[in-house]
Amino acid sequence: MTDNTETKTGAKANIIDILKNVDRRYIFLFILLAVIIPILFPLNLPIGTSAPVRNIYDFVEDLPEGSVILMSFDYSPSTEIELDPAAEALLRHAFRKKHKVIGIALWPMGLSQAQRVFAKIEKEFPEVEQGKDYVNLGYKAGGSVILMGLKEGFAKIFPTDDKDTPIADLPLMNKVKDISNVDLVVSLSAGVPGIKEYVAIVNTQFGKPVAGACTAVSAPEMYTFLDSGQLLGLMGGLKGAAEYEQLLQKPGNASLGMDAQSIVHIVIVLFIIFSNVVYFMDEHQKKQAALK
Amino acid sequence: MRREIPMAITTISGIIMIIVFFVPRWKDWSDILYTWFLVISGFALILGAGSLLLVNLDKISRRSPGWGYNVVLLISLIATAGLGIFGGINPGSSFYYIFLYVFTPLSATMFSLLAFYIASAAFRAFKAKTFEAGLLLFTAFIVMIGRVPLGEIIWEKIPLLNMVSISKVVEDWIMGCFNAAGQRAIMLGASIGIISVSLKILLGIERSYLGGGD
Repeated sequence: MTDNTETKTGAKANIIDILKNVDRRYIFLFILLAVIIPILFPLNLPIGTSAPVRNIYDFVEDLPEGSVILMSFDYSPSTEIELDPAAEALLRHAFRKKHKVIGIALWPMGLSQAQRVFAKIEKEFPEVEQGKDYVNLGYKAGGSVILMGLKEGFAKIFPTDDKDTPIADLPLMNKVKDISNVDLVVSLSAGVPGIKEYVAIVNTQFGKPVAGACTAVSAPEMYTFLDSGQLLGLMGGLKGAAEYEQLLQKPGNASLGMDAQSIVHIVIVLFIIFSNVVYFMDEHQKKQAALK
Repeated sequence: MRREIPMAITTISGIIMIIVFFVPRWKDWSDILYTWFLVISGFALILGAGSLLLVNLDKISRRSPGWGYNVVLLISLIATAGLGIFGGINPGSSFYYIFLYVFTPLSATMFSLLAFYIASAAFRAFKAKTFEAGLLLFTAFIVMIGRVPLGEIIWEKIPLLNMVSISKVVEDWIMGCFNAAGQRAIMLGASIGIISVSLKILLGIERSYLGGGD
């Protein structure tokens, strides 16, 4: 009888040990499947919208035709999967409403990100002309100092656009001399310099409305600025971009990616629950053994 | 003098910037400093590239473990910079081709690996060992579920909980209230720290930025 009980306890301990030390490659496999399957077989889950995203959409929607939006591409390819869809959705909205767009970059790779986004969205709007309806002024090192300089004028900091055209030859820049001529500033940011610098300088010092798009991991940091009203809206991660796409009624890569993200989140939650159940079973067993 | 001159430049520049903030009439001074900063930032890029070159050449010459990677890095650096400087960086150029078809997929791949490591780390480390850890775990569950459409659908099916929208719970309560309060506290603390360090630099007490120890 005693032998049987010990055998059972030993077997249970063995199972718990196995469960505790699951090979992480199995976890990787589950995550891989959770990403691939929804992409191959989309679930088309309904995507709700949140107030921080709606605020940006409504602001752009309510701007009078021909308003100027400054888009700052403060990210690099590593985070483009989250920020490119946000940039594309915003640019699409701006062109749809016949607003003018100025692109700049505080990150070196932001220049090429901007070129790619402009090139892609420009194809959807044949009437849009570079130089007249939008310009890409490119990257300039300096972070916060660049933003301070925007008050003095774009020409001082960006003498040419990305194609080396002098700023004086760009019809749009003849109307937009400095930050006071800009109606909305949106920083698409993956870190520093990014949204925080725009909030501190362009919003707080120059009084311009600032919105942001950031990676999901850095979104919680921005809620304090949303709460204070220094940030008029926020697209946080792929979800934020997907919400904007829904508001535009033009689903794109972000909406497509939400199915995969949904499944991955649920899989991770299930993994955590499973590991906690195993943990408490193990603790219980250790207490039983200590009592004996 | 190697330390005194940079310290003097730092102190004078810092004091000018503080004065100009309160006395806009002398704004021209800060404009000059901003221009200097832009020029120095440009040189910082060259300095960075030079430093990268020296460190890697040293590792290669000493045949340090993994020196082959340093060779790959240097070849990539020189080739990309050379193509960008001499061939331009606009769409259609070789630089743009490298950016689009080499750098972008490599960067995205590295970042994507995080998802796998996060899942593995969450499985191993995210345990409700204490009440505080349990609270964190519970909050993380709600945020993870609330940030995806499938989570919203699941939440709607749970009796009692479905009386409040999960979007409201996540956006208004967790992120907008508890998270914002915590973030604000961290930010204020960090800002006070920055002010303190800045003052120490201006007064010449903190000198580690000069390098080489004191």
